Amino acid sequence: MSMASAAGVIGRPSAPVRHWLRLFGSELRNVFFRPRNLAMLAVLAGAPVFLGVVLKINTPAPGSGGEGAGVFVGQIADNGVFLSLFAIYVLLTVLLPLAVSVVSGDSVAGEAGLGTLRTLLTVPAGRTRLLMTKYLMIVVFCFAATFLVAGLGLLTGAIFFPVGPVTLLSGNTVSLVAGLGRLVLIACYVAVALSALGAIGLALSAFTQHAIAVMAAVLVVVIVSEILDAVSQVAAIHPYLPTHFWFSFDALLRMPIDWFQVLRGLASFAAYIVIFGAVALTRMRRANITC
Amino acid sequence: MTLAAPLAIATSGLAMRFRGGQLAVDHIDLAVPPGSVYGFLGPNGSGKTTTIRMLLGLVHPTAGTFQVLGTDARVLDSVLPRVGALVEGPAFYPFLSGRQNLARCDAADPSADLSTSRSRINHALDQVGLLAAADKRYRAYSLGMKQRLGIAAGLLRPRDLMVLDEPTNGLDPQGTREIRSLIKQIAADGTTVFVSSHLLAEVEQICSHVGVMSTGKLVFQGPLAELRSRGEPRILIRSPEAPAAADVLGRLGLADVAIADGQVSAGLGEHAPEKVNAELVHAGVPVAGLETVRPSLEDLFVELTGEGFDVNG
Repeated sequence: MSMASAAGVIGRPSAPVRHWLRLFGSELRNVFFRPRNLAMLAVLAGAPVFLGVVLKINTPAPGSGGEGAGVFVGQIADNGVFLSLFAIYVLLTVLLPLAVSVVSGDSVAGEAGLGTLRTLLTVPAGRTRLLMTKYLMIVVFCFAATFLVAGLGLLTGAIFFPVGPVTLLSGNTVSLVAGLGRLVLIACYVAVALSALGAIGLALSAFTQHAIAVMAAVLVVVIVSEILDAVSQVAAIHPYLPTHFWFSFDALLRMPIDWFQVLRGLASFAAYIVIFGAVALTRMRRANITC
Repeated sequence: MTLAAPLAIATSGLAMRFRGGQLAVDHIDLAVPPGSVYGFLGPNGSGKTTTIRMLLGLVHPTAGTFQVLGTDARVLDSVLPRVGALVEGPAFYPFLSGRQNLARCDAADPSADLSTSRSRINHALDQVGLLAAADKRYRAYSLGMKQRLGIAAGLLRPRDLMVLDEPTNGLDPQGTREIRSLIKQIAADGTTVFVSSHLLAEVEQICSHVGVMSTGKLVFQGPLAELRSRGEPRILIRSPEAPAAADVLGRLGLADVAIADGQVSAGLGEHAPEKVNAELVHAGVPVAGLETVRPSLEDLFVELTGEGFDVNG
């Protein structure tokens, strides 16, 4: 054999972790430096700033508010930390799921559409290895997007409003540091919720080469789920809806933390990740790549 | 290469039936000798690309088995690092530069040498003459540059086999020549090259072996010289008395006698052309010209694969 043995010596399959990190890094670069995705992240970053400006100009009376996001609005004038929570709440309804649908929908279908899937698989990147890398990239994106919103909400809040000890929904007041700890937990919870949506997007993405169709389908899933969640006649299925526990992060703003509610939400997200991850993997391993 | 080197590609009854029921590849037995430049020929839609996709593990055969570089299809990923591939035209990220695209391919390789990535990428770009355009976005590349980048991706590490699917598709004669010389260069380094094309003329100068596909079947396989020798020589006679000449040829027992444009042609078979000439002269048929011709490879190719519907139109 001429170069085969040479190639065998050069290649070091004995460093799978370093090789994988290189693929993962390449995947992250492709997602985070892609102009379209950067524009999307810029919109996500601008939204909390925009909300902060609006609330500064037209500051709600302390203690005012109401249901849902209103819970946080009334507190913003007293404590800028709540702008971050308010931003997460508002963006979780549409913009964050939209961003996740774009990235997850593009993950496999985008590569198939460009034809780069066949390029990567003949390298060979490995079907399972590539899919796992794609999903981890989606998870990283979910965390990055959520923390971007939370971070800029916090920054804007700190610039426009006073910042101090945080009054929880249960009425107790915790130190600013403890309050920020709660904020980090909430951002993590929301990121995991979005990662579950990302798993749905990944699974759908493995079935087509039309990324735009997957993006639309993921958004349909979110909207239908939210509508069904609002119809009391189908209350029996509410706990199984993918978006049902998205806004349960208020459990993390109580003293003591309502861990049951938190864990129930996380269990729901984990179930979605496992089921749709398995669908994506099965499809990926069996699919005939003809594009 | 030693004599014991396994076939670069060997398939046995390899078949692919699409879900619609159409048999895209009909039980073919490929045998690609190591060190050869194997031209995989056939009209568009004859099953070439589907075969290549099976050989690279992109689609799953519905029947049959195959080995690549002596390695069974079931553990194909273990041998693919030794195989460079360009499938159905190059496919890269339009928003990345040529260099970034190759870096992406190299990053996906689970067994590439991490420390030499940069120099290997430069070397591959250099080999295909893209070093100067390496930092231009892929989107801005011409078709020929795109094809060459596709080949560069196959050259990121030393390979024992290069699989090139229609590397000259859509290229102008200039670009086609560039690709041809690139293939010659790759083959000269000892790499087996499996190159598909629907145009025999584009690859016949570089191939040592050919396989011809027609509607999913492998209708010929062997050294190029064998395909050439398959063509039955014909005798062409120019004569002002063509019908009389045709009579003589018929009497001599030549097959398939035809008259066209004042020329008589017939399959020569085992007859010596000088004997035929003597017979014609003896019978008093004036002979203005006589020659024997072998059908061109193009003719043989068309004979094997069937004429296109518009050939005579």
